[in-house]
Amino acid sequence: MSRIETIVTDIKSGKKTARQYVEEALAKAAENESYHALLSLTKERALERADDIDARVKKGEELGVLAGVPFVAKDNFLAYGAPTTAASKMLENFNAPLQATAIEKLELEGAICIGKANLDAFAHGGSTENSAFGPTKNAYDQTKVAGGSSGGSAVVTALDVVPFALGTDTGGSIRQPASFNGVIGVKPTYGTVSRYGVVAMASSTDTIGCFTKEAADAELVMRVMSGRDVRDMTTLPDFFVPEEVKPGQKIGLLKECMTDDVDESVRRHVNEYADKLRAAGHTVEEVSLPMVEHALAMYYIIVPAEVSSNLARYDGVRYGHRAEGAKTLAELYGQTRDEGFITENKRRIMIGSYVLSSGFFDAYYQQAQKARTLLVNEYDKLFQQYDVLISPTVPTPAFGLGENTADPVKMYLADVMTVGPSLAGLPAISVPAGMTEAGLPIGVQLMGPRKSDAALLALARSQEAN
Amino acid sequence: MTQISRDDVQHLAQLSSLHLSDAELDSLQADLSNILQYVQQLSELDTAGVTPTYQVTDLENVWRDDQVIDSQVTREQLLELAPEVANNQVKVPKVLQ
Repeated sequence: MSRIETIVTDIKSGKKTARQYVEEALAKAAENESYHALLSLTKERALERADDIDARVKKGEELGVLAGVPFVAKDNFLAYGAPTTAASKMLENFNAPLQATAIEKLELEGAICIGKANLDAFAHGGSTENSAFGPTKNAYDQTKVAGGSSGGSAVVTALDVVPFALGTDTGGSIRQPASFNGVIGVKPTYGTVSRYGVVAMASSTDTIGCFTKEAADAELVMRVMSGRDVRDMTTLPDFFVPEEVKPGQKIGLLKECMTDDVDESVRRHVNEYADKLRAAGHTVEEVSLPMVEHALAMYYIIVPAEVSSNLARYDGVRYGHRAEGAKTLAELYGQTRDEGFITENKRRIMIGSYVLSSGFFDAYYQQAQKARTLLVNEYDKLFQQYDVLISPTVPTPAFGLGENTADPVKMYLADVMTVGPSLAGLPAISVPAGMTEAGLPIGVQLMGPRKSDAALLALARSQEAN
Repeated sequence: MTQISRDDVQHLAQLSSLHLSDAELDSLQADLSNILQYVQQLSELDTAGVTPTYQVTDLENVWRDDQVIDSQVTREQLLELAPEVANNQVKVPKVLQ
């Protein structure tokens, strides 16, 4: 049985109570405070919900598939029981009047949110160092970054505080920290999970997914969260049904992601993973996706454009931070946004304003969206011949805290292998693929055609035993 | 190479409703130039006749019935979130001097 199935079985059979599981998770969170993975605990509400589930067990009532399972949500999901800060000063004291659809669906099946995880402010970053409340540390080495932007969620999963955690992935924000912390990270097909009640970053690539230690648990969580929501009109009709692994798959290893620029031990472990796939009866061969080399440039035009638009709402008027002493409305906007955003937020907003401005729109924004079409076409063509593509998730293991903070372009390069599937709306998961000699985890990225999420997880699950 | 002048940065800050300090303007001027220089590589791609991709799942005009959905959120709850309220309305400083 998987971790989640064990918990649910224990609780339903009365072997252990939901309260015991929630208390254990809270104790584990306290023990691991030095990682700074969590921004808040939703202790009171979590224990109430646990007692409610235990009372229903006693009465012999029917319970959901996640009954009593504790989890953590990235702090850009609106949730009851603690503020939703997006790790920013802008929303430091924002108490959400509603919950994200994803959280509502999990709660309906009995899952219990115990806390909110740290992230780069407004999910802008790849290390969680951009949190307004201080960085999260890597689960394997406290001198290294957790990765990001969903760094806190990856670390609490790696440290076994909870069996699953929620994240958001716009260009790698689930997969990259999953790789850095040795856990599974799932970024689904664009439109799989409703984003209602989640702080928006870039609407054409924002997705919601999860971190787990076992593929079977990710299947369970994704099954519950997936489906159409009238409050997010981009959601697709529910297609996610866990399945058995298809034998003899054709798998392409992306050549452009295995060059000498990529860390040697990362390449070695990805090649070993490919060998294991071969040993399991699949074929793996090198394939070329030339446009992947331009994906990061497209991403850093398109996403800031959408960021500048989505973050316009934070103006100090209806909710969130408001600057003191502004005499006019324009001053109120300018000062509020100066104080409420960190430098990386401002950088992205201003790049967005630049590429969308009338003189540069065609040269930057429009050109990037056309290049995106070329990228999408290359993926689609490869998927006519291959079931799955693989690559490293990140070119390196986790880097040192402070190592890349002075150079935004260098920081962005950590996303070079994850942004492609985001721009094309493809499902992509990061799966642990071993450790470096220094003891840092390495991840391999599995990518498939749109809506092949369940097939990717089935493949990952089938490889866990090998 | 894309050169971003100090005036450009100031103008962008204004367009973005960001009131920035001098130090921040300086560092952003350097960062923006570096980032724009990096993304410049796309100008080399031949995209003649290519349709831009704004949306990846082929969705178009998704409709729903024009019916009120109960949000479960009250007016009072929303006003409680506002930094300043007067007469059941959100209060802001003067728009015109």
